[in-house]
Amino acid sequence: MLTPRLYLAQRLSALILAPLVIGHVAVMIYAVQDGLSAAEILGRTRGSIGWALFYGLFAAAVAVHAAIGLRVIAHETLGLKGRGLAALTWAIFALLLGLGLRAVWAVTAGGAA
Amino acid sequence: MTTAQKSGSGTDTIGNHGTGEGADESAGSSAPGAALSVSVWRGGPGGGRFHDYEVPARESQTVLDVVSWIQQEAEPALAYRFACRVGMCGSCAMTVNGVPRWTCRTHVQRVAANGRLQIAPLRNLPVIRDLAVDMDPFFERWTAAEGRFHPGTTRHDPMAPVDPASPARREADAAIECINCAVCHAACDTVAADPDYLGPAPLNRAWTLLNDAKDEGRDAILDAVAGRGGCLSCHSMGSCTRHCPNGLDPMRAIAGLKRATALRALRGRR
Ligand code: SF4
Ligand code: SF4
Ligand code: FES
Repeated sequence: MLTPRLYLAQRLSALILAPLVIGHVAVMIYAVQDGLSAAEILGRTRGSIGWALFYGLFAAAVAVHAAIGLRVIAHETLGLKGRGLAALTWAIFALLLGLGLRAVWAVTAGGAA
Repeated sequence: MTTAQKSGSGTDTIGNHGTGEGADESAGSSAPGAALSVSVWRGGPGGGRFHDYEVPARESQTVLDVVSWIQQEAEPALAYRFACRVGMCGSCAMTVNGVPRWTCRTHVQRVAANGRLQIAPLRNLPVIRDLAVDMDPFFERWTAAEGRFHPGTTRHDPMAPVDPASPARREADAAIECINCAVCHAACDTVAADPDYLGPAPLNRAWTLLNDAKDEGRDAILDAVAGRGGCLSCHSMGSCTRHCPNGLDPMRAIAGLKRATALRALRGRR
């Protein structure tokens, strides 16, 4: 069950995610091919505003996109609606955003400060 | 049926159906004395079961012919619906071997599996009795989707010009020949999963009105289709388009409504 704004938010977050996912996969392949160790990777990401922005945006877009998608599934398969549905949407959003940003923090800021 | 708007389009277009539901097929001959094994669902709102009948196979036989034969020769109390028998009225739809179809234009030869037919009422609508379903929930959605003309002028005003070549009119024309058969409604899994969902046919009608130069209900239509159970609930899986016997493309119409709805929200007018 979607409102026009939720619909737009899901489309826009997908639009943002598409290039970020490609970038993420490219980075992964690069890191593996190059045989970078965890310490070497952390050495590049720590203190980098660029990587913090890249993965921060990534985590935020995932949280928006997935929360709305799961909301639709919860409505259709569990029959959830109204406040329960809104609460579930926000809870999923907050959980994903929290986990994502914590990970971003750990690889970009952790230890650098 | 009041909404089969065919005026002016000429009867020659009726029967010119994109998906070619067997209408133009040359039926081969059946062996004399051959019989079909037909299972027909019988029962009511509380439940029912399939009853088996042997029906003589005939050339160019339609599924509706088979049902009529059973009612006339074997089971006088069998409840089912039809009217025009030529694919115009939209009243004869049933589930044939698991697939929703207009039975008056579905040739047995095309759908029978080894001489077997299983005929059940349409899905996603309450059964009244046997093969007759209650169409009220279908037409109530039609109303809820603002699937009615919204006049903005009186007889004293000049007529709004309609340019048949304009993109909007072409969109409307491509979607207009709906016969309200509810085949798409039965085919749609979102209708099955979400009791609020308006469904493909009412949304398809809303789309034709949105593209009608004479209809002045733009905001009312968009309010109706943007809300709960509206076009945004569609998953674009296309069962409606696949099964529409008239070759219409409700999925495309709904995609158009989604665009119009999203654009309106982007402009801050929801
Ligand atoms: S495209 Fe939309 S309306 Fe058509 S069958 Fe799929 S969900 Fe239903
Ligand atoms: S859109 Fe097609 S399948 Fe649906 S009610 Fe109209 S004619 Fe029937
Ligand atoms: S009887 Fe009218 S459409 Fe089949």
